[in-house]
Amino acid sequence: MPKDSATGTGIGASTKRREDVRFLTGNGNYTDDINVHGQAYVHFLRSDVAHGRINGIDTSAAEGMPGVVRIFTGKDFEGIGGLPCGWQVTDKHGEVMKEPGHPVLAQGKVRHVGDPVAAVVADSLAEARDAAEAIILDIEELPAAVNMKAALEPDAPKVHDDLSDNLCYDWGFVEENKGAVDEAIKNAAHVTTLELINNRLVANPMEPRVAVADWNRSNDEYTLYTTSQNPHVIRLLMGAFVLGIPEHKLRVVAPDVGGGFGTKIFHYAEEAFCTFAAKACKRPVKWTSTRSEAFMSDAHGRDHVTKIELALDKDNNFTAIRTETLANMGAYLSTFAPSVPTWLHGTLMAGNYKTPNIYVNVKAVFTNTVPVDAYRGAGRPEATYQLERVIDMAARELGVDPIALRRQNFITEFPYATPVAVEYDTGNYPATMDKLEEIADLAGFDARRKESEAKGKLRGLGVNCYIEACGIAPSNLVGQLGARAGLYESATVRVNATGSISVMTGSHSHGQGHETAFPQVVAEMLGIDASMIDIVHGDTARGPMGMGTYGSRSLAVGGSAMVRATEKIINKAKKIAAHLMEASEGDIELKNGQFTVAGTDKSVAWGDVTLAAYVPHNYPLDDIEPGLEETAFYDPSNFTYPSGAYACEVELDPETGKVTVERFSAADDFGNIINPMIVSGQVHGGIAQGIGQALLENCIYDENGQLLSASYMDYAMPRADDVPFYAVDHSCQTPCTHNPLGVKGCGEAGAIGSPPSVINAVIDALQSGGHKVAHLDMPASPSRVWAAMQG
Amino acid sequence: MAKVAMTVNGKSVSREVEGRTLLVQFLRDDLRLTGTHVGCDTSQCGACVVHVNGEAVKACTMFALEAEGAEVTTIEAMANEDGSLNVVQQAFQDYHGLQCGFCTPGMVMSATSLLKDNPKPTEQEIRDYLEGNICRCTGYHNIIKAIMAASGQDMPSMAAE
Repeated sequence: MPKDSATGTGIGASTKRREDVRFLTGNGNYTDDINVHGQAYVHFLRSDVAHGRINGIDTSAAEGMPGVVRIFTGKDFEGIGGLPCGWQVTDKHGEVMKEPGHPVLAQGKVRHVGDPVAAVVADSLAEARDAAEAIILDIEELPAAVNMKAALEPDAPKVHDDLSDNLCYDWGFVEENKGAVDEAIKNAAHVTTLELINNRLVANPMEPRVAVADWNRSNDEYTLYTTSQNPHVIRLLMGAFVLGIPEHKLRVVAPDVGGGFGTKIFHYAEEAFCTFAAKACKRPVKWTSTRSEAFMSDAHGRDHVTKIELALDKDNNFTAIRTETLANMGAYLSTFAPSVPTWLHGTLMAGNYKTPNIYVNVKAVFTNTVPVDAYRGAGRPEATYQLERVIDMAARELGVDPIALRRQNFITEFPYATPVAVEYDTGNYPATMDKLEEIADLAGFDARRKESEAKGKLRGLGVNCYIEACGIAPSNLVGQLGARAGLYESATVRVNATGSISVMTGSHSHGQGHETAFPQVVAEMLGIDASMIDIVHGDTARGPMGMGTYGSRSLAVGGSAMVRATEKIINKAKKIAAHLMEASEGDIELKNGQFTVAGTDKSVAWGDVTLAAYVPHNYPLDDIEPGLEETAFYDPSNFTYPSGAYACEVELDPETGKVTVERFSAADDFGNIINPMIVSGQVHGGIAQGIGQALLENCIYDENGQLLSASYMDYAMPRADDVPFYAVDHSCQTPCTHNPLGVKGCGEAGAIGSPPSVINAVIDALQSGGHKVAHLDMPASPSRVWAAMQG
Repeated sequence: MAKVAMTVNGKSVSREVEGRTLLVQFLRDDLRLTGTHVGCDTSQCGACVVHVNGEAVKACTMFALEAEGAEVTTIEAMANEDGSLNVVQQAFQDYHGLQCGFCTPGMVMSATSLLKDNPKPTEQEIRDYLEGNICRCTGYHNIIKAIMAASGQDMPSMAAE
């Protein structure tokens, strides 16, 4: 179906984005742009200590302050459900994970800096803030569990008093592999061991979270406007598990959303609070996060401490991988947190390589820090980073070329069942590596290194591969793995009488350009212009139940649902066309928006058929109903497996330790592509976030659990002068075999594939200068690099 | 409360505001010009950049009262008179210089200000100038391309994709 086209509006065209016009003219409609008549504002009073017992909250002075509507504390939420966790992991002993409660407002104890203790609703935000300052909190500070290893010691402070310890689960995967893995490592010709930290990050979409809730006293219906990647999921979680609101009484709207990167998947306390308070106060209630609040209330990402061992035989074939990880859950289980270090991490540990024996152990740990959950890539970057770092280290130890070592161990036959329970459908890893060598001009590296050295700089080259599992995923499979949700997607294709189309999708666009790319697919199938088709998303009142956008799943799953619904439309439209032309349905062809009878010159236009569907005067009413609207739910049979090869070249200033990325190249295999321009943009953004993780970003707590990096003054976001132009290519295409579009997903690749090559390049640069540095933890900041150079 | 009067997008406006009201709050909350965004609280992200008397200013770093008598221009007034995208806006669309769109108004306002002072900036000059505008989506690649294109320059070969 795909074609090579730089123009037009169908599949394969780099159609310019229609949504851009409203964003470029200030006419976007983000949640904070929504104001409901009569709304009040809430300010949350948050804990400024990591761990403490709440002995008292004195709100008496605050209640008399100007503009105060009502002040809420944890007591107001007694008997109301806590925030639910959507994934239950079973540990290596067959025990289910520990699952502590997560109240909307803290009850009894505060467990991380930023834990909301009280909420002031007032006529204006300024009045709410003023009143919050008059609340007297009596919180007895307790010793905090911050470092994961220390948190697992028997005498560690307990984050949750009702749990036996801070261990959420001890997961082994695949447990049956363990004996063979241990044996293979014992018998290996060479074992490379690497201990590393995958640094804690904050997703930082540029739009902070916002919630505006309204309650209609005449019909007891609620509306919540919120910054979400999956409004239907929020409706289900909040309605069924927290507030007890039936879904037909609750509408959740996620309008234009200013980036998500995973952190807007989850159901947050502030959403539930505003919805609850709107009824309690009989007024709409609005909350807008400040950036500082975002740092201490948005779910964080990554934060793994890992030891990985790679075993090789005498011919440098990989024989086994064994990895142990401590994964930080933070103080509470965020919505999908338990799945990230397990099913999204352990299943990817084979990478692009045919390693016969793999065992993954993950201990998830509660600490007095902000909850950790999925952030762009979610588990897959953590798997890729450790694997691609240890391979590089092995190559260095063995004195072999790191690219050759990878090529030697590539999986080359598909489908391929890994030892960690997944089956890759397609891929061509040598082809992406060939393409990378070309676009990165690896042949010219030595000359570029000499140029750098002539300037007194060190230059390093780092390469890595990646594989990811996207298009999450078959519902029956994820159910077995502990998911408490289905992971299908829905689409309704509504054809109007005059032929224009609204497509209601359960996917959500928060920067990915669905409003442009999705119509390209439908336009291609119907042979009509994409401008006749609009995408409707982000409103539970307008489309069927949908699961939303994350895990690079929108096109692979949501797009497939849209294809299935459009196929139903075509089938019905052909019946109508056959009737209109008095022909047999089997002879009807649809091309370029015209229905024709094969072998004749008879034809009717798209618009004739759609009009007949709604004005059925001449219509096969005995056979089919009027109207032209179809819905499909698509549940995939497998994950998709995008893959690629990335290269980074850095220059390192030995005087200061400052690393600059000079070149970055990415050769990806995303299967078929709908809009190449949008795909490139997704890769660019992911690479910048990966470079950010590798060189700049670090979310730091001190030993008392104080969050030290809680603003853009202290958390180093990548800026325009921190990154180069990127060379990206996605011409290597092995289409997915099990979805109708043959697409794999591209949203997370850049963030998954880039950190290892950056660090591999930094190590290469250091070694080229005679510095015997085997590993450096991210971020490779100037101070860390400089210190490493001093030995 | 005090009275403040200024010209915003060519229209005279006057409101009673608190002393602590920031210019960005005045634009968003009082005038409902919601194209100007707030992405941080430390004057770092640049989502709130507007033009005050022709200069790019982060509207979160200035009190509304400080803009007394000023000429303020926001993203809502940047399109051509016929409503079509202006040269900078069109280049952002043509080169896919935006994704979620949240930082975009600030980027367009900053880019416009840069090109006024430096009509043919180099890649490095653009990157340096945008140091105060954070984008989390695009990796800046296509923003730089868009601004170079808006200034009538060819892209360097590395930027071809």
